[in-house]
Amino acid sequence: MRLFSDRLIAFVFAIGMLVGGIGIGHAGPYEDAMAGFTTDEFSDTADSVTAVATSGSPLAPALIAALQDGRLLFSAKDKKVFIKTADDKLLDAETGKPFEGALPDDIDAVRVNNRLRGVIGAANGALTLMAPNANVRYDAAQSVFKSREASVLPAVEKALEAETNARVKKALTEARAAITLTADDSSEADKIAAIATISARGDQDSLALIEGLPAGQPPAVVTAAKAASAKIQRDLAIWSTVQNLWYGLSLGSVLLLAAIGLAITFGVMGVINMAHGEMVMLGAYVTFVVQELIRTKNPALFDYSLAIALPLAFLVAAIVGVIIERTVIRFLYGRPLETLLATWGISLVLQQAVRGTFGPTNKEVGNPSWMSGAFDLGGILITYNRLWIIVFTGIVFVALLGMLRFTRLGLEMRAVTQNRSMAAAVGIRTARIDALTFGLGSGIAGIAGVALSQIDNVSPNLGQGYIIDSFMVVVFGGVGNLWGTLVGALTLGIANKFLEPFAGAVLAKIAILVFIILFIQKRPRGMFALKGRAIEA
Amino acid sequence: MNSHPLIRLLDRGSTLFLVLLGAFAVAIPVLNLLMPDGSFLHVSTYFVSLFGKYICYGLLALSIDLIWGYVGILSLGHGAFFALGGYAMGMYLMRQIGSRGVYANPILPDFMVFLNWQELPFFWYGFNWFPYAALMVLLVPGVLAFVFGWFAFRSRVTGVYLSIITQAMTYALLLAFFRNNFGFGGNNGLTDFKDILGFNIQSDGTRNALLVTSCLMLALCFLVCRAIVTSKFGMVLVAIRDAESRTRFLGYRVEAYKLFVFTLSASMAGIAGALYVPQVGIINPGEFAPANSIEAVIWVAVGGRGTLTGAVLGAFVVNYAKTFFTSGILAPYWLFMLGGLFIGTTLLMPRGIIGTYNAWRAGRSEALAENAKNNITGAAKEDGAMPSASPSAAE
Repeated sequence: MRLFSDRLIAFVFAIGMLVGGIGIGHAGPYEDAMAGFTTDEFSDTADSVTAVATSGSPLAPALIAALQDGRLLFSAKDKKVFIKTADDKLLDAETGKPFEGALPDDIDAVRVNNRLRGVIGAANGALTLMAPNANVRYDAAQSVFKSREASVLPAVEKALEAETNARVKKALTEARAAITLTADDSSEADKIAAIATISARGDQDSLALIEGLPAGQPPAVVTAAKAASAKIQRDLAIWSTVQNLWYGLSLGSVLLLAAIGLAITFGVMGVINMAHGEMVMLGAYVTFVVQELIRTKNPALFDYSLAIALPLAFLVAAIVGVIIERTVIRFLYGRPLETLLATWGISLVLQQAVRGTFGPTNKEVGNPSWMSGAFDLGGILITYNRLWIIVFTGIVFVALLGMLRFTRLGLEMRAVTQNRSMAAAVGIRTARIDALTFGLGSGIAGIAGVALSQIDNVSPNLGQGYIIDSFMVVVFGGVGNLWGTLVGALTLGIANKFLEPFAGAVLAKIAILVFIILFIQKRPRGMFALKGRAIEA
Repeated sequence: MNSHPLIRLLDRGSTLFLVLLGAFAVAIPVLNLLMPDGSFLHVSTYFVSLFGKYICYGLLALSIDLIWGYVGILSLGHGAFFALGGYAMGMYLMRQIGSRGVYANPILPDFMVFLNWQELPFFWYGFNWFPYAALMVLLVPGVLAFVFGWFAFRSRVTGVYLSIITQAMTYALLLAFFRNNFGFGGNNGLTDFKDILGFNIQSDGTRNALLVTSCLMLALCFLVCRAIVTSKFGMVLVAIRDAESRTRFLGYRVEAYKLFVFTLSASMAGIAGALYVPQVGIINPGEFAPANSIEAVIWVAVGGRGTLTGAVLGAFVVNYAKTFFTSGILAPYWLFMLGGLFIGTTLLMPRGIIGTYNAWRAGRSEALAENAKNNITGAAKEDGAMPSASPSAAE
């Protein structure tokens, strides 16, 4: 560790000599700034920090970091400043070389107050503006935009000249505009140009910046600011609608995944499977087990873990489903209320079994690399895992639709849904269809679990969190066909997300529940109810 | 069915039930208060509260049996009515604390002071007055059930749809009561009660009095239920359960019947909750959890739905088992047992304990009669507790 830090410093030095051409011992702005740290005055320290940050010295990051952590020491008597490294070694701050010789007896840490912390933050921003990594530079520009520390302006100008990356360049221009706009000494024309730049950026921070413009601006600036603020607000309103739509779509697709299996079993068999949520949970645990095995056996396969988990989760949940149907539910046909109770009992048993096997705590299921991260689309942030879940839900939905429409099993399932006795009369083995339907519904719940493991905590209670919402989707959408489930899930998801900003998450949920209770007044069998004589009891 | 109404009201099972309940209500306080501490016959105060709790559960089960066993409405949200009654009582008890709370505010309960509320919300007015609180215990669950039922029954929401919607109702209330700014103590609920009607809530005397009151209320509600199910009105209810459309075609206003019984049942659940809260000393939003309501339904199923006495018996048996198993080393297996109970009861013993016993006795006496007289008077009387098993009812 020690060896490494020595080498690092040596390396930093070499780079510094090459790039900056700053020789050791030649007094420059960096070395001159040292004096400011030894006076024990906050204002001197602040000046020195700014000087260090803009000096371009390769030692600057280490010094600023040391100051931030209280590891920057000084001796007023000797006018010397030291950096204490993380492993308790003393370096001479001026030269960066290990300090040798007797320590001065009045050595003390350079004190930091809140104002100084702001200056340090800005200094860090200025330092990282020149970082080799474009993302780091971008983040630094963003933080300058937010801090608007006037002292960083020279650093921003310098970085802007050297910048080649368009995205970072834009961020830097915006940062410069923010500083120009808030600085007292910038000209009217500069300020108006700055407002135009910031207004083009158009996010919440820009709005805050323009709204928070200090009073006493020239009239032209005030007019420009007003127009810009109106434009930003309009843009923001549009983006927030888009964002709500996106979140709603995301929630809706999750609901659809969780509810679609339920809708199938309810449609075909007329029973509500209270253990449906536990099938989702089983799917999530299958993902966990698969990932654990991959971690220990072959970490290279990690990115394929979900692809491996999907068929396994489907199989495990489907097999459990068929077992439940064969051993319990088939004895309860004609008694849907008792089926409800029995499946609730099954859900308790499954939950406790999983709790006993894997423990009651949350299990960590990782995102494969292609599912982590996010990208900006206009004014909204889109995370890959949500995007993939929407895509995945679409695929499952279409596959299921195709299965019901074009396969023999689908045909028979539809026949049993519409009229069980008639279907039996024309030779469909309804008992077999029931078992397969239940298996299919459970299997889909299993793959829903794989998807949910990517965005939710994998715990024995995972299924419980979705089951009531899934019921609502089924009740709202009706069991006539899958489109009802689709429309139901998306409507509920989007309505929920549009209500949340006004009412908060909990009240939004309550409002949705009340709405559904009122809705089934109008359509007691949901939006897409099956019509026909068989449906009336 | 042309016997005297009183005889119909109190058949053998009901009389036995009331006698046992009375004996229980006398014996427990006597054994707790009069027997010396070390005595073999002494019943500890812990058990007095425990049994008081079971009696309240019994009353909740009774209210569920009235609508499930006799009208075929499976409510998975009856715990909500129970909890609402409990909250009404809890609000009264909160106001009784007065300035003895941690913040010593004579008007505002502690949690409101903690939330920096300046005055009592309007819906807390009047709860310092017991008759008003008692009225609310009946009214709040009753009115909710009335409004909910009016909407649901009018549009003919039945079967599993109704069960799911009732579950959504209690879930919505659960979420609402968890909110701090809803004004009912949020997550922590209402607790730290001091006294009820001027008596210290912790004292042995009060606890025994609460137990006796619970037994009396249970007996009263039981008689009300019996009166309903043995009357002509009750016949219509059973008709609705077994063939709703047919009953409607015969000219009965099915919605009105259902609505009346549902509302009555909700008020009964409210009473159960109100008696439950002073005995356990706390009411929190957890009581609204859908799982609680479903558990209450299984008590009825275990005891025997459509028997009234069975519901109370089921509540006792299941809860005693729960207390017994969750306190020992078997605790991790309790949920397996409870789950097994759900599956086993519905699969193997759909009539429950009392129902199965009745059927067995009926079968035996019939066999005896047949042997003695060799006189076939009619087909075996169908047990009223069983729903029609025709598959078409499910679709």
